[in-house]
Amino acid sequence: MALDIYKQFDLHTRALGIANQRLELLADNVANADTPQYKARDIDFRTAMQSAGSLDGDLPMATTRTGHLQAGGAGPNTTTPLYRVPDQPSLDGNTVDSQKENAAIAETSVRYQASLTFISSNIRGLRDAITGGR
Amino acid sequence: MSLFKIFDIAGSAMSAQSARLSTTASNLANANTVAGSAATAYRSRQPVFQTVMSTSEGMDPSSAGVRVAGIVESTAEPAKVQEPGNPLADENGYIYMSNVNPVDELVNMISASRSYQNSVEVLSTSKELLLRTLSIGQ
Repeated sequence: MALDIYKQFDLHTRALGIANQRLELLADNVANADTPQYKARDIDFRTAMQSAGSLDGDLPMATTRTGHLQAGGAGPNTTTPLYRVPDQPSLDGNTVDSQKENAAIAETSVRYQASLTFISSNIRGLRDAITGGR
Repeated sequence: MSLFKIFDIAGSAMSAQSARLSTTASNLANANTVAGSAATAYRSRQPVFQTVMSTSEGMDPSSAGVRVAGIVESTAEPAKVQEPGNPLADENGYIYMSNVNPVDELVNMISASRSYQNSVEVLSTSKELLLRTLSIGQ
């Protein structure tokens, strides 16, 4: 039972990390909205979550001796960003679309807050279980 | 906590955009400046933006904000105007106007202020998220 709660923590902590990384990329895109030749980058939330979720190993630990333990790496908590395909080309080679960036920031911020709310309610649940609801 | 990094990114964007606004202000202020020779005439100045690339240990190069790489002067020829009565006029009676195009400058100004506003928006969003993260579990 308690294990389930920890699993929930794990999931939402990962979601927070990814939302965080995405927000950083989007902030970068907005900052470079007027930089010539800048290519906008973004990560796909779904694939990022999936790759973060596979604990058994994109990056397994190397075992060089017989005594070494086999450990599946969770992989780094970052996903490789991809370049965005622009809807319309611009003369200066910049592919930032301010509207898209703002929409994505709003979306990611809502996701982030949703994860925060889940974590908060998990903590509240745990505390209730400890104190017996008093 | 890399939400703090967003503050740096948005801050760098705001300072770059305000540099752009100040060159625009300087260009507009000097739109009607005249000079006695083509070499000394005021030329419109434009900042050149550049992405700041940062390489954190062992990861893909990630960019972090923007900076003003330099300020270039327009190479357009300043307009030559015949005005012998002007004290600055050269021996042929010509004065040289600045090569600032006020329409360009105004468009630049609007674009810079929009970009600045976007950065402020990003900043306030990430600040809100950070504050909510601090109050987690309460």
